[in-house]
Amino acid sequence: MQALIDEFPVIRDAFWLTIRLTLASGFMALVLGTILAAMRVSPLPVLRTIGTAYVNIVRNTPLTLVIVFCGLGLGLVLDVSFSTSLSTNYLWLSIIGLSAYTAAFVCEAIRAGINTVPVGQAEAARAIGLTFMQNLRLIVLPQALRSVVAPLGSILIALIKNTTVAAAIGVGEASLTMKTLFEAHGDAVVPIFFGFAVAFLVLTLPTGLLFTWLSKRLAVIR
Amino acid sequence: MSSTTLTAEPKPARERTRSAERVSVLYDVPGPKARLRNTVLTVLVVLVALFAVYALVTKLDEKNQLDGALWTPFLRGDVWVNLILPGLLNTLSAALVAAVIAVPFGFVFGIARLSEHSWIRVPAGAVVEFFRAIPLLMMIFAVMYGGSAVFGLTVTPFTAVVTGLVLYNGSVLAEIVRSGIQSVPRGQSEAALAIGLRKGQVMRMILLPQAVTAMMPAIVAQLVVLLKDTALGFIVSFEDLLNAGARVLPSNFNNIIPAVMVIAVVYIIINLIVGALATWLERRSRRSRRTAARPVAPADSVAAPGAPGGVAAPGMPGGVTTGDD
Repeated sequence: MQALIDEFPVIRDAFWLTIRLTLASGFMALVLGTILAAMRVSPLPVLRTIGTAYVNIVRNTPLTLVIVFCGLGLGLVLDVSFSTSLSTNYLWLSIIGLSAYTAAFVCEAIRAGINTVPVGQAEAARAIGLTFMQNLRLIVLPQALRSVVAPLGSILIALIKNTTVAAAIGVGEASLTMKTLFEAHGDAVVPIFFGFAVAFLVLTLPTGLLFTWLSKRLAVIR
Repeated sequence: MSSTTLTAEPKPARERTRSAERVSVLYDVPGPKARLRNTVLTVLVVLVALFAVYALVTKLDEKNQLDGALWTPFLRGDVWVNLILPGLLNTLSAALVAAVIAVPFGFVFGIARLSEHSWIRVPAGAVVEFFRAIPLLMMIFAVMYGGSAVFGLTVTPFTAVVTGLVLYNGSVLAEIVRSGIQSVPRGQSEAALAIGLRKGQVMRMILLPQAVTAMMPAIVAQLVVLLKDTALGFIVSFEDLLNAGARVLPSNFNNIIPAVMVIAVVYIIINLIVGALATWLERRSRRSRRTAARPVAPADSVAAPGAPGGVAAPGMPGGVTTGDD
């Protein structure tokens, strides 16, 4: 227990990094996922093919492999650089990997949401002469996004847990910090583990409650 | 709704999927102008895609990643037999052992959560909810270090990975089992009790056989997740398929990018095969007459809002996964 109190600043910083990773990748995944969903329902077969291929490839690849590819492949070999600081650079590379992976799941959730919009809505939009982009932007997506708030919340919770995989390329988020503390305090493994477990629950439980509340509030009444 | 030449009912849209012009309710059937615009846009998209590929190839070439020496190892049998297959074997055996233990774990805890005795139901629920909420990687680290620090055991990476996978996926499977049993209509167990079966008999003879049929696809879908998650072992130096691609091959041939790409293809092929099995089972269980229960949505899937006659392209799966690792 003493170890947890002594190391509190380290643990706080680690979870702050986990939160930043989640927010940055969550935002990028939402944008990329929405674009992918639009591609998958678009009138152009070539866009649909690209979207489908992306989702099928990414969903069947282990996240660890994606992160390792971003860190070692993009970072070390191809010299993709976001910052002169090595740790910041790996942070951004892991954000790219997490967003690219999560975007595939966001895309599928939004596509399922588009499915909940009654056909009459899209037909009426076409009847008043809206183009595909106007139809999607003004009629279909606003309703679809409101119906997938709860699924997006589940994806966000999965993302919070998935940020731990950034440890594969040495990003010092919560799980890697826990491992470091295990090594430093071999006699306090159990309290450290439960401390980190509770901290994760503190992140995920309110997120779940918030999104359940949001999904009820934003639900489209039909 | 009557079908006109312009609007497409979901049914015809599905039938016409394979024709050149797919019809969607999101846009009109293209006329001459729209066809021209679509052709121009298609050419533009192809050009942008080609440019992206060109930029990538140039970048790879600039860093000498297209050298034959980096790619030819994959044409040699001994590289596959000595370096890649042992990793693949470790990945598959970890996944198999974990699956064989996780499925009974899931059944025990799933049924325990439905128990009438709170002293069984509450602890089982706590275990399931706890392990589902903790990142799998943290569990693996905890087993690795906790095993030696608390119990004085030497924990191999294999044991740590399998234990983590069992606890996490077993808990997810427990939720599948619970919802599978709950998806059997109440009349079934009421009728069974009425003819004088005991509680254990109702579960064993009436509920479980029907529930298993309903949840089979969801279980197999979860096994794909389990297989993917074995890659986390890489972080604790488990010598799995990812280790072969990201550590062993690069240390021999200095070819991390080609190696990771080839290994990714292997993972994708294996997962597609298991995923196809899940789809097949789902189709089979949907038309099965052996159960009164509706098929259970895949685990970690979010409510399947598959409203009939929705707007999206045909072929939507029943549930949407969250990418939970």
